[in-house]
Amino acid sequence: MVLGKCRGLVNNIRARIGMIRRQICSVGTSSVNLKPNVDMPLFPGPQSQWTERLELIHPLSYNRIPIYRVMDREGCVLNPDEPQLEKDFVEKMYRTMILLNTMDTILYESQRQGRISFYMTSFGEEATLIGSAGAIASNDLVYAQYRETGVLMWRGFSVDQCINQCFGNCEDKGKGRQMPLHYGSKSHNFVTISSPLTTQLPQAVGSAYAYKLAKNGQCVITYFGEGAASEGDAHAAFNFASTLKCPVIFFCRNNGYAISTPTHEQYGGDGIAGHGPSYGITTIRVDGNDALAVYNATKVSREYVLAENRPVLIEAMTYRLGHHSTSDDSTAYRSVDEVKQRDSLDSPILRLRRYLEMKGWWNDSKECSWKEETRKNVLKSLARAEKVLKPEWKEMFRDVYYDMPSQLVKQMKFMEAHIEQYRDKYPVDKYMNPV
Amino acid sequence: MAFAVWKACMRSQVKELSIIVRSPSVLHKCITKRYIEFKFFPEKPLEEDETTSMNLCQAINNALYTTLINDSTAIVFGEDVAFGGVFRCTLDLQKRFGKDRVFNTPICEQGIVGFGIGCAVAGSTAVAEIQFADYIYPAFDQLVNEAAKYRYRSGNEFDCGKLTVRAPWGAVGHGSLYHSQSPESFFTHAAGLKIVIPRSPFKAKGLLLACIQDKDPCIFFEPKVLYRAAVEDVPVREYTLPLGKADILVTGDAVTLIAWGTQVHILIEVADMVKDQLKVQCEVIDLVTVNPWDMETVCNSVKKTGRAVVAHEAPLTGGFASEIAAVIQEECFLHLEAPVQRVTGFDTPFPHVFEPFYLPDKWRCFDAIKKTLAY
Repeated sequence: MVLGKCRGLVNNIRARIGMIRRQICSVGTSSVNLKPNVDMPLFPGPQSQWTERLELIHPLSYNRIPIYRVMDREGCVLNPDEPQLEKDFVEKMYRTMILLNTMDTILYESQRQGRISFYMTSFGEEATLIGSAGAIASNDLVYAQYRETGVLMWRGFSVDQCINQCFGNCEDKGKGRQMPLHYGSKSHNFVTISSPLTTQLPQAVGSAYAYKLAKNGQCVITYFGEGAASEGDAHAAFNFASTLKCPVIFFCRNNGYAISTPTHEQYGGDGIAGHGPSYGITTIRVDGNDALAVYNATKVSREYVLAENRPVLIEAMTYRLGHHSTSDDSTAYRSVDEVKQRDSLDSPILRLRRYLEMKGWWNDSKECSWKEETRKNVLKSLARAEKVLKPEWKEMFRDVYYDMPSQLVKQMKFMEAHIEQYRDKYPVDKYMNPV
Repeated sequence: MAFAVWKACMRSQVKELSIIVRSPSVLHKCITKRYIEFKFFPEKPLEEDETTSMNLCQAINNALYTTLINDSTAIVFGEDVAFGGVFRCTLDLQKRFGKDRVFNTPICEQGIVGFGIGCAVAGSTAVAEIQFADYIYPAFDQLVNEAAKYRYRSGNEFDCGKLTVRAPWGAVGHGSLYHSQSPESFFTHAAGLKIVIPRSPFKAKGLLLACIQDKDPCIFFEPKVLYRAAVEDVPVREYTLPLGKADILVTGDAVTLIAWGTQVHILIEVADMVKDQLKVQCEVIDLVTVNPWDMETVCNSVKKTGRAVVAHEAPLTGGFASEIAAVIQEECFLHLEAPVQRVTGFDTPFPHVFEPFYLPDKWRCFDAIKKTLAY
C-alpha cells in the first residue's frame, strides 16, 4: 500500500499529499472512541485490525521499493516527468560534474605523490550530488558526510577553497584543524563536515526543527552513506524527524560498499528506503546515476517537506567507482573487473552528456575545451595552495571555547617559550608568524 | 554586582547553620533522612532584591520560565518534560509556552543531544534534558566528538554554544547504580564543554541562566537530592552568576576544603565540626564550574592554608580530585605542609544497600582533615 503511494510521488504531488494526510490520520491518533458494542482493538498506538489467521510477516511479502528513473543508460528519456530545465542549468550540472571529476583525479594523484595527506573521491556519485544540489535552494542548510564535495561546488565553493582546505593553509576557513575534505562554509550554508559517521543526522533534524519554528521557508538536507545508516544516530534521526515533524530531507547515497563491507553485510532488509515507512517517513528510491531522476525526486521532496513540515527519505542507488579513500585499496575486496564493468555499463557523467548531446546542447569540442580548462585551473590552484603558508601555530589554541580559558592561555604561553628555545626543531617557517 | 551578592551570601552562610529538610511526603523524608545525611546551608541574596522561597526544582523551573519568556527562540525538550518532568522541573512550561517550545522527545539520549546541537547550530537556544546523568552516556559521542569540537573544527564558522544539557546528578539515598552517578570527570577531559554544578536554588537559577546564555555548550548537573530538600530565598528577577568562578563559602587558615554540588554542604558541616573539636578554621570552597575550573581561587587558598582536602561522590581513580590535586602540587609545592587528600566514592559501581558506607560522608571527610592536620 505504501509502495503504491511512493510510485506516484513525482507524477501527482497534490494527490499524493492528500493520500498521505489520510494515511497519517489513520495511524497517528491515540484517542480512541470506546464503543462497548464494537469489537475493535483498543490498544494505544497505531490502529490495526484483528486477525484470526496465525501468520508471521515475512519481509519478502512486501514488494521491494522500486527505483525511480527518468532516462535510460543511453540518456534517452523514458518518463513523461522529464524536468523542463533550461539549457544553461543542465549544462551547469554537467560542467560541475566534470569539474568535480577532474579535481578528484588530480587531488587523488597529488595524495599519491605525498603532496596532501588524505583524499576521498566522488567517482560514480557525481549525478547523485549534482542532481540533488540543483534541486534545493541555495539557502537550505546542508549537513554532509564527506563524499559530497559536488554539493558544495554547485553552490560556488571554488576549487581554490577546496584545495586550501586540503592543504590546511592559512586561507582555509577551518584554519587547518581538520583532515582534508572536511569542508564547511557558513556563506554556502554547508555545515562543517566531521569524521564521526551519522552524527550529523539528528543534528540536521534539530536544525530543521529550528527552521520550522523560525518559519523562514528553508529546509535542511542531510547526506549519508548506506553504511552510516546502520549507526544508532540514524535511528534517532528518523524517529525524531517523524515524531517532531521536521522539514528535513534524508538523502542516502547507497553505493554498495562501506569501505570493504558490501551491503548484504550491512543490512538484511529492503535497503535504506525500506526503513522510511516504518518510521512514518515519506520515502522514495531513485536511480542515483540519473541526474534528472535525482533532481526530480529532490525537488518534489523539498516541496513536500516545506508544505507538510514532515521529513522525506531519498535513497539514491549508485556505485562507488573509486577506492573508499586514499588509505584504501579496494581491489583487496572487490575485483577490478567489477569496477570496470560498472563504469562502462552505467556512467552517470556519460548519461547526462548523452542527454545534453541529444538536445544539441553539447559536443566534442565543448567537451575538450571544458576538460582542458578545468584541468589547468585545478593544477594552477594546487600549485598555488601548496605555496601558501599554514596558519600561525597559535590557531591550535583558539576557538576551543568562545573565550580562551586561563589554563589554555597558560599552555599557549608555555608553547611560545618552548618554541623560542627550540626554534630549529619545529617547522616554524612553514607557518604564518604569530601576531 | 555579583561580588556584592557573594559578600552577602558568605556572611549568611557563616551565620546560619540550621537544618532544612522539606519533603513532599513523609516517605520521602524518611528515606532522605535515613540514608543520606547532610545539612543544607541556605544563602541570603541582596536585601534590595524581591525574592521568593524556592526549592531547587522551582529555581530550575524559574530559570527555564525566564529563558522561555525572554528568548523567543528558546526551546525545552527531553523525555517526559511536557507533563512537567519526572522531577517536576518543567512543570506548567508547556501549558504556558505551547507544544512547539516545550516538548517530549522519543526515548533516545543520542538523539536528544544531536537534535539539541542542530537546533543550536540553526540559531535556537536549546535546553535539553537527560532524565538522569546516569543515562547521558549514549550521548557521549554527540557531546564529546560533536558539541565540544564544533566551533574549533569549523574555524568558528559554526558553533553550538546555544546548547545547554541539564541532567539530575549525584546520590539520592537509594538510587543504586543508575540513579546516583556523578559523571563529571568523563566530560572534563573533552575540551570545549563547560561543566557546571550548583549547590543551592539561588546558585542553580543564576548558573543555569548563565549556561543557557553562554556562548559555549554547557552541561548543567543538578544535585537531585537537593531538588526538594534545599529551600531558600531566590531573587525573582533575571540574574546570572559567573561560570568558571569558585566560591569561598567559609574563610579559614588551617586547611582548604574543595567540593561541588551536595558535597559542599557536607564540607561546611565538617568545617564546623573541625572548629568545635580541633579548634582550627577550615576554608571551604565550592568549585561551581568543574571545567574550565578556577585554579586561581583554589591555589591562592592552598598557598595560604598549606593543606588541601578534595571531596567528591564520584569514584577516586580518574575523578576530578586527581586533576585538582595534581595542579595544587604543581602550583603550591613550596607551600604544602601535607599531601593533598582525596575523599571520594570508592572504585566500585554505586551500590544500593551499601550507600551509607560508600559516600564520602562527614566522618570520612573529618578523619581526612584530622590526618592532614596531624601530618
